Amino acid sequence: MTQAEFLNTVMPFKDKVFRLAKRLLVSREEAEDATQEVLLKLWNNRGKFEKYKNVEAFSMTMTKNFCLDKLKSKQAQNLKIVHSNYQDGSTSLQKQVELNDSVDWVGKIIEELPEQQKMVLQLRDIEQYEFEEIEKVLNMNATAVRVALSRARKTIREKLTKTHNYGVR
Amino acid sequence: MVLDNIEKLLEKYDNGETTLQEEQQLKHYFAQETVPPHLDGYKAMFQYFSVTSEEQFTKDVPLKTKTSNLYKWISVAAVVAIMFGGYMQFNSSNTLEDQLTDEQLLAYNQTVEGLQYLGIAFNKGNEKMQTLNLVSSNLNEGTKKMTHLNEFSKTTNKISKNK
Repeated sequence: MTQAEFLNTVMPFKDKVFRLAKRLLVSREEAEDATQEVLLKLWNNRGKFEKYKNVEAFSMTMTKNFCLDKLKSKQAQNLKIVHSNYQDGSTSLQKQVELNDSVDWVGKIIEELPEQQKMVLQLRDIEQYEFEEIEKVLNMNATAVRVALSRARKTIREKLTKTHNYGVR
Repeated sequence: MVLDNIEKLLEKYDNGETTLQEEQQLKHYFAQETVPPHLDGYKAMFQYFSVTSEEQFTKDVPLKTKTSNLYKWISVAAVVAIMFGGYMQFNSSNTLEDQLTDEQLLAYNQTVEGLQYLGIAFNKGNEKMQTLNLVSSNLNEGTKKMTHLNEFSKTTNKISKNK
């Protein structure tokens, strides 16, 4: 497999890998490093690509495992990932002002969700994966995916209404 | 009417039962400017989803092939070999005396002296051998003369037979 062929296979989903990594690791730099790591691993294993039925699903699973490992090792060292970018660092001030305050809140609330709910929500509502794909990527059964998704969505809205009402009163 | 439909969809959505198409419909609905105030929370959620789904990975990934790595190591090995060769060359250009300690030098000189004596004695022996050689050549001349004598005696014998 040449470099061009590899890039053609990887390009369509590299952003998804990055966004999933960012959802889990929060910090943009960490997520970039993780994505780079995942892509390099894929490149080194490019000979085995034919064996995998779905390279994208495989890559997403790899990303999930890599990020969870990273979080675990950070916790073991009693270190918190330092991050300062709740909003995308590249957005201009103008854009930030335009964005509704509660949109920011959504990101913060998602950050507080358990990891599994985070991942399901990310894959479904942002990347728009089919349920079967999510089951494959996260190695969960259908009901578990639905329950996690429903809980995540309900939690976000409940917390959002709470903060919203608080702001109004 | 439309709102009824949307609220039904939202209930399904909360239970995680909507299809991707229905979710697309919801996303489209909440993309508009104004929604009923009790649905504001949903609007924020869907807005957040569409904003984050546009984030991109911009960093370059350095992809290296393994063959180029091999070439690099070959060149490193070549440089090492050349330097080692040069080092050896430089070392061997030193004279023998430079490398030896005083004691070793003494031993070396004594050996050389001893060998020289041996050579002189050998040469003397050689001279004697030469005199012997002279004697043997004289002897050879004598034997030649003897063969002449032999011939002579043969012919005299022939003559005496004829008589």
